[in-house]
Amino acid sequence: MASMSMIQALNSALDTVMGRDPNVLTFGEDVGYFGGVFKVTEHLQQKYGAKRCFDAPISEGGIAGTAIGMAVYGLRPVVEIQFADYMYPAYDQLVSEAAKIRYRSAGEFTVPLTVRMPYGGGIFGGQTHSQSPEALFTHVAGLKTVIPSTPYDAKGLLISAIEDDDPVIFLEPKRIYNGPFDGRRDRPVVPWSKHDASEVPEGHYTIPIGKAAVVREGADCTILAYGTMVHVAMAAAEESGIDAEVIDLRTLVPVDIETIVKSVSKTGRCVIVHEATRTSGYGGELSALVQEHCFYQLEAPIERVTGYDTPYPHALEWEYFPTPPRLIKAMRRVMEA
Amino acid sequence: MDQASGPRRSNALSLHVPAPRARPGDKPDFSGWSFPEPGATPKPDIDAPAFELRDYAYGLIRVLDMEGNALGPWAPHLSPDFMRRALNHMLLTRAFDERMHRAQRQGKTSFYMQSLGEEAISVAAGMALSPDDMCFPSYRQQGLLIARDYPLIDMMHQIYSNARDPLKGRQLPIMYSSKQAGFFTISGNLATQLPQAVGWAMASAYSGDVRIAAAWVGDGATAEGDFHSALTFAAVYRAPVIINVTNNQWAISSFQGIAGGENTTFAARGIGYGVPPLRVDGNDFLAVYAVTQWAAERARANLGPTLIEHFSYRGGPHSTSDDPARYRPADEYSCWPLGDPIARLKQHLISLGEWSEEQHRAAQEEAAETVRATGREAEKVGTLAEGAHARASMFDDVYKDVPWHLRQQRDESGS
Repeated sequence: MASMSMIQALNSALDTVMGRDPNVLTFGEDVGYFGGVFKVTEHLQQKYGAKRCFDAPISEGGIAGTAIGMAVYGLRPVVEIQFADYMYPAYDQLVSEAAKIRYRSAGEFTVPLTVRMPYGGGIFGGQTHSQSPEALFTHVAGLKTVIPSTPYDAKGLLISAIEDDDPVIFLEPKRIYNGPFDGRRDRPVVPWSKHDASEVPEGHYTIPIGKAAVVREGADCTILAYGTMVHVAMAAAEESGIDAEVIDLRTLVPVDIETIVKSVSKTGRCVIVHEATRTSGYGGELSALVQEHCFYQLEAPIERVTGYDTPYPHALEWEYFPTPPRLIKAMRRVMEA
Repeated sequence: MDQASGPRRSNALSLHVPAPRARPGDKPDFSGWSFPEPGATPKPDIDAPAFELRDYAYGLIRVLDMEGNALGPWAPHLSPDFMRRALNHMLLTRAFDERMHRAQRQGKTSFYMQSLGEEAISVAAGMALSPDDMCFPSYRQQGLLIARDYPLIDMMHQIYSNARDPLKGRQLPIMYSSKQAGFFTISGNLATQLPQAVGWAMASAYSGDVRIAAAWVGDGATAEGDFHSALTFAAVYRAPVIINVTNNQWAISSFQGIAGGENTTFAARGIGYGVPPLRVDGNDFLAVYAVTQWAAERARANLGPTLIEHFSYRGGPHSTSDDPARYRPADEYSCWPLGDPIARLKQHLISLGEWSEEQHRAAQEEAAETVRATGREAEKVGTLAEGAHARASMFDDVYKDVPWHLRQQRDESGS
């Protein structure tokens, strides 16, 4: 075991899988010699050669399209979209092609592809480096969508994604690449080494896709979160004095409905938090699922704490970003209802 | 003041919207088109640098003249047996199209697309490539399956979405898929298959394989971004791939000028990427065969991609959903200056003394009878109206394993 940041853990996942399977290769913009703008692919080109880790033209559609062709051939490509905000030129290839090739060929052609995308805000990245487009993928039949919140999960989930026989959208919360962030930007940055989940085994292990984690047990209300918001939720639970149960979904599709239902049935109250815009966001789906499965156990209306329905506002980032005070207000509302 | 109604300034700009020379009611007009003589275009070595091949983008590689003679360095010198097989594949493709177009009119299926006039493009490629080279077709390449001896009846089962449809009723008719035949699942999106073909070819090179990839796209869909990304990646990574543009002049009702063909050729797109741009008479089986073979040898020698424009004419409607007489002269096809691919190969074989009108009639009748007999067998299994597929099968193959939410929806759908 070693203490790793999320970047190091993701790098270790790629290294582990590339070391075991010659059919795994990785490419993307600045991914090769430079090791990626966030350094997730650092040293992989030196270790495995330029044929297995290389730079791609600035063409997300081309990256996705060629990776699909490679996956159809029988390789397991892992591509990096430099920022999730850049993925729109690749969207047709991911939605109309990667997601549907197994179905339309009746299982003859398959796409074991992993698309890594750093996503989310809190880094002063402005409109084109801060978005959270997960709902644009969870709405698509045939895609799986995964979002880790710790180095340990990031490595285990990325290995699962690469070894999965279906296309997986792997969204990386870049605000917590180097340390857990609880939304309190006035406090000193805490490195991952201070966090238990930064202990990452060197070798191969997996975290199953489709399984959530209860990261804080509690009796009063359930908070459903993923990515950076898991840490915001943990801070809100500690600061509020409300005994919240925090669930880290880890996979959005297929979502772990059992863990959600078990928790909300116990607490009778549910707050959903995500950075993405609210309308038609993934929180709407979670809210519908909780209502369908737990209506008679609910003691209060379900609350959503989300980004606002605006483009990502650069200078007003900290008004926009869901922080513990906003979450605590919602928790109080569900407790008082 | 309202700009649109204001006084016109002497230096006012005006918007150009390309228009074809002839619309319904006009006389077809192919005047002023000039093509190099058959046999006149030199044949470069397969390792010629791309920049030395630029002129090919603006010429037209032709082998057969209109009297049926095979001329010049591109003549592939195929055996009479081989050419008779090619002719039979084209006849079978045309007979199949004719029958299935009619089957749609009779309500036996929802949709059909013929390849009338473009049979040589697919059949020649199907015969020039190795059987295990991977094809990423568009929707008018049924000739590839026929040239690769894919069972005609399985094509019909797919068109009828019946109980033996290999694609389980999931795909629009003619959107075939066969891993075994090296025929990638067709997407109705257009051009998405191009970067995929490049990626497949990159994977083949990565794996030290010997197989190459080939892809097809219409003149209209070259306007998609995927065409640009495919050529960029193909050139950057020197992918062993052939990118074919079937320029049949029409994208549904839009003539090729709307896709940017008014002042240049589609082959010329390759020049900007450093990809060899070959432009070939798509109605000349021998020329298409020779050009495909050249590009395949170049790819197999690790020398990278080739872009081929097949200059042809779409003889039929775009699909069963449009009437071409509403947007182009009804007799335009019969005036096409480069003739019909079947008639021209037939004429060549006759001029060699290897074929006759009588044999041709017999071959036509045999193709029609094969299609009729196969059609009867397929219809016995069922047609679209009969609804052969279990509701629950709708939920299979979305993912490798059926996740809980699809299991739940499957249960709901049956209750």
